[in-house]
Amino acid sequence: MANTTMTPGVAAGRLAAEVLQQNFGDLHPPLGRHEAQVAADRCYFCHDAPCMTACPTTIDIPLFIRQIATGTPDAAAKTILSQNILGGMCARVCPTETLCEEVCVREIAEGAPVEIGRLQRFATDTLMAKDVHPFMRAAATGKRVAVVGAGPAGLACAHRLAMHGHDVVIFEKREKPGGLNEYGIASYKTVNGYAQAEVDWLLMIGGIEIRYGTALGSDVTLDALAAEHDAVFLGVGLSGANAIDGFDKANVGPAVDFIAALRQSPDLSQLPVGRNVVVIGGGMTAVDAAVQSKLLGAENVTMVYRRGKDRMSASVYEQDLAASKGVRIVYNAQPVAVHGNGSVAEVEFEYTADGTGTGETFRIPADQVHVAIGQGLDGAPGALELTGSKLALSDGHRTSHPKVWAGGDCALGGEDLTVTAVAEGRDAAEDIHHSLMG
Amino acid sequence: MANLQSEFVGIKSPNPFWLASAPPTDKEYNVRRAFEAGWGGVVWKTLGEAGPPVVNVNGPRYGAIWGADRRLLGLNNIELITDRPLEVNLREIKAVKRDYPDRAVVVSIMVPCEEAAWKAILPLVEETGADGIELNFGCPHGMSERGMGSAVGQVPEYIEMVARWCKTNTRMPVIVKLTPNITDIRFPARAAKAGGADAVSLINTISSITGVNLDSMSPEPMIDGKGSHGGYCGPAVKPIALNMVAEIARDAETRGLPISGIGGVTTWRDAAEFLALGAGNVQVCTAAMTYGFKIVQEMISGLSEWMDEKGHASVADVVGRAVPNVTDWQYLNLNYVTKARIDQDACIQCGRCYAACEDTSHQAIAMSDARVFTVKDDECVACNLCVNVCPVEDCITMVELDAGALDERTGKPVQPEYANWTTHPNNPASREAAE
Ligand SMILES: Cc1cc2nc3c(=O)[nH]c(=O)nc-3n(C[C@H](O)[C@H](O)[C@H](O)COP(=O)(O)OP(=O)(O)OC[C@H]3O[C@@H](n4cnc5c(N)ncnc54)[C@H](O)[C@@H]3O)c2cc1C
Ligand SMILES: Cc1cc2nc3c(=O)[nH]c(=O)nc-3n(C[C@H](O)[C@H](O)[C@H](O)COP(=O)(O)O)c2cc1C
Ligand code: SF4
Repeated sequence: MANTTMTPGVAAGRLAAEVLQQNFGDLHPPLGRHEAQVAADRCYFCHDAPCMTACPTTIDIPLFIRQIATGTPDAAAKTILSQNILGGMCARVCPTETLCEEVCVREIAEGAPVEIGRLQRFATDTLMAKDVHPFMRAAATGKRVAVVGAGPAGLACAHRLAMHGHDVVIFEKREKPGGLNEYGIASYKTVNGYAQAEVDWLLMIGGIEIRYGTALGSDVTLDALAAEHDAVFLGVGLSGANAIDGFDKANVGPAVDFIAALRQSPDLSQLPVGRNVVVIGGGMTAVDAAVQSKLLGAENVTMVYRRGKDRMSASVYEQDLAASKGVRIVYNAQPVAVHGNGSVAEVEFEYTADGTGTGETFRIPADQVHVAIGQGLDGAPGALELTGSKLALSDGHRTSHPKVWAGGDCALGGEDLTVTAVAEGRDAAEDIHHSLMG
Repeated sequence: MANLQSEFVGIKSPNPFWLASAPPTDKEYNVRRAFEAGWGGVVWKTLGEAGPPVVNVNGPRYGAIWGADRRLLGLNNIELITDRPLEVNLREIKAVKRDYPDRAVVVSIMVPCEEAAWKAILPLVEETGADGIELNFGCPHGMSERGMGSAVGQVPEYIEMVARWCKTNTRMPVIVKLTPNITDIRFPARAAKAGGADAVSLINTISSITGVNLDSMSPEPMIDGKGSHGGYCGPAVKPIALNMVAEIARDAETRGLPISGIGGVTTWRDAAEFLALGAGNVQVCTAAMTYGFKIVQEMISGLSEWMDEKGHASVADVVGRAVPNVTDWQYLNLNYVTKARIDQDACIQCGRCYAACEDTSHQAIAMSDARVFTVKDDECVACNLCVNVCPVEDCITMVELDAGALDERTGKPVQPEYANWTTHPNNPASREAAE
């Protein structure tokens, strides 16, 4: 008999294939041409626009929206991509509710912002559908730059360097490019293999070679890269997921691993999920793990966060999304222990006040536990200086090594978002370019 | 990428987008910012004679009409020419032109209708290094009461006379700016040409009252309980301007006379339309006043993208392309038969087409109990009203009947050959000719 949401334990195929397909379809369906026109018409073309300031890549939002309004979405796409080469992905995954759309004057006045994210997607999708790449490389400089990591930071850096005429080799430890665009972002934000399609499109610029299955540390050293190239950019992200001491029963694991498996699964009906799922954490990763567990057919999904709603790093929009999918969010409780015989059966929590335990505990049944309490750098590459758990940077995204730059999640600065990684990769490339060309 | 480089009466600019003579070009500060934003050229705000400058009202000088979502569609003003001293303007023009040699700087002038007045100002303007002059014969308020502006522009003989004075007294190219407040625009254009003008520019603003305040019973904008007619401009005037440009472009007497197209240019598309109808470049005022100088970036990107797409290598390649297709009504093909078609998948069943056709046109749309709307081909005269009132783009379209197909309204097959009114049996003139 087929499994259902009520099947005990951890099981695959809880929902029919059609239901799964629907659940993991586009969260925000693309705008049609007419819808885009109507949405674009709402933009006031503000002077010194707040949205533009709020965008970490400083896309000229009023201009690109006006270009959509005047029937030139390709020009709009160029406006976007000249600032943010992953503008297509960002249009899908940016938490616009806490970035550009949050400060839109119409959000403030009416509670209804111009739909910047969806308009951005309309423009970039229109251009990419034509399979043309709007940028050309400058004359070859003869300089070679190594980029480590083919995530958003590395790709943005590589593209900008290639555009300036440098030759780029990307060293990537996995077998596919994209970083968390490919292995992390919630499926329903980037459907139909978009992450790979976008990388293919980005590489059309030329001058970028990617060496897969090559990890910095085990396969190449920073010193060797620095010796063989004119400059090195590190965009390695955060690969070490934080764990909770003593949480070592079966079916307890990092949320990012569950999500990566989900993103790579060729057939979601083969992917096992618990009947009772508990997610520990309060960020975007926790929300994604919780929502996707629910969409896979878990009966009960509970997200437990150790502080209050206002402290949660997932936006109110994300929290509402979780609630709308049937995820229960418990605030002010911290994990104490996992119980069960071999596999997890229950998680014990202690209520907190202002982050400290009150002594009162409770248990939640759990067949599967996703831990999402942050990730860290898996040790500093080479002997680079750290600030806290991230690579220390000085102006121009330079690390403590004179030939090494860094950006994205692995380095200090900005929120850990795709768009921030793109901005940092791009800016580091500009600094590398200036330092190489004098 | 398409080359937007433009040359108008010998004046070069990096693109065909100039700011029209108006507040955006009234001082050095503005013009420098405009050039930084990417404008190809400016026509400096109209200068008057030396001496005490004109004064403006000290209450509101603009009125407006808005579309949905308070989009500004039409602007009206009761402003005069520059109210800053002549020497200050001249000094600033010189400084700007010196710093932006690649941009067009044309100076608009309006002085009394006496040769001495023109003779006096022309050398002063020439001395600034400006690229040309534009004669403001268009301002419809205030200045016209003093025998200038549209008071000159409405009398072709005066236009010709002043244009000639200018051509005689300066080596700068002379552009005559025309007022639309006239019955037939071809007469002032012909006069400008006869006077030796290098080009005409049009339109200046249209005399208008944008609204009446029903509490104070005064026209808007209201100055102490009274209002005056002002000059109308912005998107609302574009159709009027397009027609006037086309009329001059296709008139046998003025054909080939360079035209600077003005009136409601807001997007790249508006500009392309002016160029297609014969304008060599365009001038913009209201769009800049509504959205700021940055608006030119969209015009530049849009025009060059469109030119690339169509394979037009230069602006000159576009100029006048639509002119041969502007004709008189009597030459339109009466054997071109179309019928409205409603796309049932796109239809949202609002019934606006039905109301429009049933109440005010030809009762050619049927409505079923299930709110399905269909066209009755035997009644449809192809007027296009349903297309225009339908809120869904491309839901109702006009489909051409092939030659030989039955036109159910006339009961006759569609004739393959072109035939117009001049040869139609109902035309008394054609009957006489046949007899
Ligand atoms: C589950 C999840 C959901 C998220 N959702 C969103 C979202 O909706 N919106 C949003 O804006 N952000 C989201 N983020 C954050 C966003 O994905 C990251 O901020 C962004 O991907 C950081 O880019 P990066 O290039 O710095 O690192 P990564 O994307 O992590 O890329 C790093 C790359 O480096 C490679 N690498 C690592 N170590 C080595 C090595 N030693 N040698 C060679 N290669 C190496 C990795 O394989 C990877 O390809 C999410 C993150 C997670 C975990
Ligand atoms: C406030 C205002 C002042 C103007 N002043 C002048 C002027 O001094 N001289 C002139 O030739 N035209 C003047 N104009 C007319 C404009 O140059 C232009 O011809 C007209 O506004 C139509 O273009 P638009 O629809 O792009 O605004 C003025 C227009 C406005 C709105
Ligand atoms: S636009 Fe400037 S000058 Fe005009 S009324 Fe407003 S504040 Fe005053």
